[in-house]
Formats: sequence, structure tokens, C-alpha cells
Amino acid sequence: MWQPLAALARRDLRLALRSPTETFMGVIFFLVALSLFPLGVGASPDILTRIGAGVIWVLALLAVLLTLDRLFQADLDDGSLDLLRLAPAPLEFIVLVKCAVHWLTSGLLLVVASPLLALLMALPADAYWALPLALLLGTPTLTLIGAIGAGLLVGSRRGSVLTALIVLPLYIPVLIFGMSAVDGVLLGLGGRTAFLILGAMLLAAASLAPFAIAAALRLAGE
Amino acid sequence: MPAAVGDQAIVPAAVLEADGLACRRGGRLLIAAVDWRLAPGDALLLHGANGSGKSSLLRLLAGFLRPAAGRLRHGGNDVFADLPEWRGLLHLIGYQDGLKPSLTVAENLAAVTGLLGGSTARLGAAPHRFALAELADTPARFLSSGQRRRAGLARLVAAPRPIWLLDEPATGLDAQNRRRLEALIDEHRRAGGIAVVASHGDVQVKSPHMLDLGH
Repeated sequence: MWQPLAALARRDLRLALRSPTETFMGVIFFLVALSLFPLGVGASPDILTRIGAGVIWVLALLAVLLTLDRLFQADLDDGSLDLLRLAPAPLEFIVLVKCAVHWLTSGLLLVVASPLLALLMALPADAYWALPLALLLGTPTLTLIGAIGAGLLVGSRRGSVLTALIVLPLYIPVLIFGMSAVDGVLLGLGGRTAFLILGAMLLAAASLAPFAIAAALRLAGE
Repeated sequence: MPAAVGDQAIVPAAVLEADGLACRRGGRLLIAAVDWRLAPGDALLLHGANGSGKSSLLRLLAGFLRPAAGRLRHGGNDVFADLPEWRGLLHLIGYQDGLKPSLTVAENLAAVTGLLGGSTARLGAAPHRFALAELADTPARFLSSGQRRRAGLARLVAAPRPIWLLDEPATGLDAQNRRRLEALIDEHRRAGGIAVVASHGDVQVKSPHMLDLGH
């Protein structure tokens, strides 16, 4: 069972490295969109500090959304989706591997870039560890939930817009607890509970979402 | 070149029986009650006009569609009762070749072989089979449609499986490569494999069972 999963992980990582524009699109959007905020709301540090964490989280949601349509669409277009279903491994594990590789090449880049964003938004020093940690727990959940939408709408025209409409409401809990984790630390209230809830949401998504994604892809193959 | 090229180290197929198999697509009964009995080494040739349901029947056989009625048994067991086990026994060659445009032919073959649980040792034989060796380092997006098809067919060699479902496998192939494909199907059948081929007559299959799906 492990051979097909390892082969898939290798293939998808290689594909991500071969098309750096697509891979880095999310994180570049993240940086460019964020740099508009000081221009839009004015560069006064009080305002930026107050809205900083929220803006960074909202942009992280959108950046993950941007990269979702390459998750299954290419595999459907070139026939690899059929191949994945003929592989001697459960489809649930296969989609979990695909999500893991997708996160490594999208969400992880946001985590790495986030201290720079904290600097841009004039966040206090504690944000340099709180923000990456919250994103580290939150972005894999965003990928997993988003993959359900991407799987449901794979092959439909205007799929990426519809995916956004389906997925964004489901992102609200991650946004709320991601925000309160960072704000809790920054305001000295302690964000421990929010961090734990983010972790719990990640575990729940990792164990339940693969079933939904696999079911959606089975429908897509009919 | 390894000596194992001609040797198909597969678990031979068991008897593949369809019993009143029907397929419904978009509310319309596309295939009504077909029956056959294929022993190991047999081939079934599907005939029929465009839209007569050849591709749907092959996707049904692969378990991607559910039958509207009837049964499909392999070695006496209902295949729809244990789809993962059944899918591990078959190859489906459809109109797409499952190649990633940005990967080279060799990387594509390695990925497909790994995914299907084939052995990379057999991979040495696969490119030679369809004269792909000189294309090994070419990214798949630069291949012609015939070359893409050859790279897609190479997985038949790279990952031996007993049941082959081939949907217009010769599309885009030149005469020489069509002969290679026919030889490959013959060899597969001699080793106890079963092939179900949908074709407009461009692949010659020796003494096949015929199934005419009409129009």
C-alpha cells in the first residue's frame, strides 16, 4: 500500500517544483495583497497593529483558495484521476497524500512568509511566533476543507468561483479561532485555548475530510 | 535490455462472466443486458457506432460506473462487492494517457509504475517496447499524440495486471506501433490474461469474442 502513496507524493512534489509560478502564486498574492493595506488604511502603526492579525488571516484563507483548483483539476484533465483510482491503495489515503503535498507547497509557504507580514503590519514581537504557529495549525485545515469543495466541483466550469462560495463559509471557524489565538497572545490574554481548538480542528479535518473528498472524486468519475 | 521483456509475470485472470449487464447514462438505457463468458486467454472485441456505449461499458467494467442491472463475476465473485481488489487486477487505457505535461517520459513512467504498484525493474523493458527509449528525457508536453499514446501504453508492460480494458488503444499509433500493440495483446493472452478491446477495426485481435453494441 505504501509504494503507490510514496510514488504519488514524489510525483506531486516534482510537479510543484516544475511549475514554480503556480506553486508560489498563493504566497505572492499573500504578500502583494497585504502590502496594499498600509496604502489603503494609512500607515499609522496603531491601526495596522489593531487590524494586522485579522487581515493576515483573511488573506491566508484567500491565498489557500487561490491554489485549490490545481489540486484535482489537472488530474481530471489528463486522466490521472482514473489511474489514482486503479492504484492499490484506498482513495482516502491517496487524497490525504495529495492534500499533504498541496499544503507543503502552499500553506507551509504562508507560514514561512508570515513573520515578514507581521513586520509589515507593525505587529508586536510576540506575533513573530504566535502568527506562524497559528497558521501552522490552521492552514492544513484550510487545505483539507477546501479539498472537499475542489473535489465536489472538479470538472465543472466556473469551478473555482463556486469552490470559493462553498468553502469560505466553512472556513469561518478556523478564521475565528486563528484570530483569537494570535490576538490572545498579543493582548496578553493567553491564546492557549484557541491554539488547542485549532489543533483539534486540524485533527478532525485530517480524519474526516478524506472520506468526503474521496466520495466527491468517486462521483466525479461517473 | 533485461531478458524478462516477453515474460508476463502476472497472476493469470480467472473466468470473467457478465450476466445481463446493463448500463444507464443520463436517464437513458445505453447498454441493455449483455452477457459473455471469457476464459483466461480470451479477448472480447467491442463494436458499435460512436455513442453506442463502448467507453461506458469499459468504465463500468473498471467499476467507475455502477451497473443498472446484472452482474459481473471474476472467478465466481461479484466484482462490485470488492472493488478495491478488482481494480488492483486491471488496466484501463482510455482516451487520455494520464501523462503530466511538465514531467519527462521517464519520470511519468516511474510515477505511473509506482502508483500502480508495478516494479521499477520492469520499467527497463517498458520504453523499449514502444521505442520510447530515445524519448525518455523529453517532457511529455512535447510529444505528438501517437508518442503520448505509446507512453501511455507502456504501463501495460511496466505494471503487469491480468485484465486489460483498452478503449481505442491504437488511436494515433502508426502501423509499426499498432503491430507492437497487437503483439503485446497476444503475449498477454498467452500468459493467461484477458483483454477487452473497444475498436473501430484498427487493432487486429486473434479469434476474439465479439460484442456488437449497435448504434
